[in-house]
Amino acid sequence: MAPDSPEQAVELTPDGTLTSEGLREELLKAYPKKSRRKREKQFVINEKTVNEDGTVTLPQIGANTRTIPGILTQRGCTYAGCKGVILGPTRDIVNITHGPIGCGYYSWLTRRNQTSAPNDSDANYMTYCFSTDMQDENIIFGGEKKLAAAIQEAYDIFQPKAIAVFSTCPVGLIGDDVHQVAKDMKEKLGINIFGFSCEGYKGVSQSAGHHIANNQVFKHVVGTDNTPRSKFSINLLGEYNIGGDAFVLEDLLERCGIELVSTFSGNSTYDQFANAHMANLNAVMCHRSINYVADMIEKKYGTPWIKVNFIGAKSTAKSLRKIGEYFADEKLMEQIEKVISEEYPAVFEAQKKYKPSLEGKRVMLFVGGSRAHHYQDLFGELGMKTVAAGYEFAHRDDYEGRAVIPDIKIDADSRNIEELHVDADPDMYDSDKVRDKWAKEEKGYTFAEYDGMMTQMAEKALVIDDINHYESEELIKRVKPDLFCAGIKEKYVVQKMGVPCKQLHSYDYGGPYAGFRGAIEFYKDIDRLVNAKVWKMIKAPWDE
Amino acid sequence: MRKVAIYGKGGIGKSTTTQNTVAALAEMGKKVMVVGCDPKADSTRLLLGGLAQKSVLDTIRDEGEDIELDDIRRDGFGSCKCVESGGPEPGVGCAGRGIITSINMLEQLGAYDESEELDYAFYDVLGDVVCGGFAMPIRQGKAQEIYIVCSGEMMAMYAANNICKGIMKFAESGGVRLGGLICNSRNVDNESEMIQEFAKRLGTQMIHFVPRDNDVQRAEIRKMTVIDWNPEAPQADEYRTLARNIDNNELFVIPKPLEIEELESLLLEYGLLEAA
Repeated sequence: MAPDSPEQAVELTPDGTLTSEGLREELLKAYPKKSRRKREKQFVINEKTVNEDGTVTLPQIGANTRTIPGILTQRGCTYAGCKGVILGPTRDIVNITHGPIGCGYYSWLTRRNQTSAPNDSDANYMTYCFSTDMQDENIIFGGEKKLAAAIQEAYDIFQPKAIAVFSTCPVGLIGDDVHQVAKDMKEKLGINIFGFSCEGYKGVSQSAGHHIANNQVFKHVVGTDNTPRSKFSINLLGEYNIGGDAFVLEDLLERCGIELVSTFSGNSTYDQFANAHMANLNAVMCHRSINYVADMIEKKYGTPWIKVNFIGAKSTAKSLRKIGEYFADEKLMEQIEKVISEEYPAVFEAQKKYKPSLEGKRVMLFVGGSRAHHYQDLFGELGMKTVAAGYEFAHRDDYEGRAVIPDIKIDADSRNIEELHVDADPDMYDSDKVRDKWAKEEKGYTFAEYDGMMTQMAEKALVIDDINHYESEELIKRVKPDLFCAGIKEKYVVQKMGVPCKQLHSYDYGGPYAGFRGAIEFYKDIDRLVNAKVWKMIKAPWDE
Repeated sequence: MRKVAIYGKGGIGKSTTTQNTVAALAEMGKKVMVVGCDPKADSTRLLLGGLAQKSVLDTIRDEGEDIELDDIRRDGFGSCKCVESGGPEPGVGCAGRGIITSINMLEQLGAYDESEELDYAFYDVLGDVVCGGFAMPIRQGKAQEIYIVCSGEMMAMYAANNICKGIMKFAESGGVRLGGLICNSRNVDNESEMIQEFAKRLGTQMIHFVPRDNDVQRAEIRKMTVIDWNPEAPQADEYRTLARNIDNNELFVIPKPLEIEELESLLLEYGLLEAA
């Protein structure tokens, strides 16, 4: 990854008058001393130092720390991370929100996660919103009975394979024991029922909710079905099927001859989770939200994991080849090459069509815990330049790479989230897989590796963690990017300033953007958005 | 109408003292309402002759929010009005939220309206102000005067001192004041002098020293206040004096809580030193 020659610094504006240092200082100037000290750490200029041995040292960034009160953050809550992000996209688990109705309603389908049941008779609860609708009375007298009744009612109507219960803030405050209720109802009904202590106030962002979700799914579901899987079987971790991304990847993998055992968790089913440990490889898309499950599966069953990225045609091809290389089967690798060569002509064609009108345009991405990185590949394919990027809820390793994990300071907020202790399963741990992994590592194949966003970003580009409205507005005013990528909370503020905003949480109304077909779809949507004439008409006639 | 909240360490005799005092005030011809703010809902049993009251929260739970004042308020001794907030079983839900809900309900139903022509509303609050809910009776616009029931026992005085810290916080924002300490005697050495001194240092007064008398228990076993059970008993006069003192009280202060060292030295000075 080390650049051969000193990289050219990013050009924030076409006229080259703005420097990253100057801009950073201008923006930080507005903060009171204490706030400034904190934001300084999270507002970094991507200055890479090339060491003598050729390795690159990145600047350290502050991440996964509490947002300063009073700042308009992009972040969501722990409940949103657990229920909304991880478990929400599953198809046949009844997800009950234990709490006031708003928590359930506003976390229902808003990310455009899609599901598709094979047959009409197959369970698909995506269209339902289950909540215990806690009232004042349940806060005072406790909500456990109401929760048990809700579980019973959901069971009576749907007879699902599993029911998951999500704790909202008041549940934690009044001390309802959701785990005991889940246990009692599991015994009574004979289906798998489990709870999540994912109260919104826990942790500094939704990231805590991802971890809690990973823990419970691993503890209660993964490993309960030992049905053997084929040689070329994988799990796709951290793919949430927004706008149908997972559908594209399901199809792509199938054509390559790769068996997809489970997806965590776009268009997934309970049975897939239960059987996930039988896959021979874990492919991790969104490192931030799901690396815990990958790690725990490896510790308990010996299944290794690799980082993949199916956003961008080049990355898709690279990821498929990396999977092929892992299985080291001639025929499989041939088939993968065949699929890539089938897909690529259309990609080239689309690039030829859209690149001229997009090349050189400047993009900012402030979203998620992996999207702000992955989508830089797609923009790169269009010749667009990422001048600033950052995550909402990622940790230092997502910026600087997993090599920094041992150096990450564990603070009280992270300690608040349970760290599961996982041992090798005496019966199911596959030592052959581990020996095979070692052999491959010796030949240079990399496992469990993620270099982070900053390695890939241009010299002196701005990297800003947990960006807030003040900073984004100032960035837009001063840099006037051609495109800003964020979420619904930012979208219209940005667009009112005359800059198009692409939502990378929900894809607005578009997608799929994954894989080859998705890339083409993305080029098209970005061209239509960025080159629309409407952005020059934002000013009202009387303001002209 | 004067709104009075009674605080004090758990088991110190808040409910007993409140009800006996209310009985004396009622005997004086005052119109009084008692609001029990303890989830056990036993703050009015001596006035009602037993646990005959359906609590506000139980009523809301059974009937929904559409309830009337008469559903949750009953007449007790001397036509005093009795209300029990009620609350969850121990270890379940949120009792603090319950108190907030039921006091709001009482306000909405007009229990404090002028048309009710009340002279007094008494809040009998759970021993420890463990969360915001238990401070509800002394928040803005609620009780303006507080009496702390205590004794010469160390823990009772600690608790009283802590409650004063709480009053200080609300005094600044809401205007609540401390009216005095009620010493409910435990027959500790030098008890009266010590509490008088304690009160003085807090900036308040000992409004009355209620001696220990088994007649209180005799009345209680019959689910009655002393005045109700035996108006001639000497203890009945003690409560009459306490009621009169409260009625005539004009000393309302923001207390100055003691540092722990000062409180302990006070205890040594008046009690433990001589006993040792």
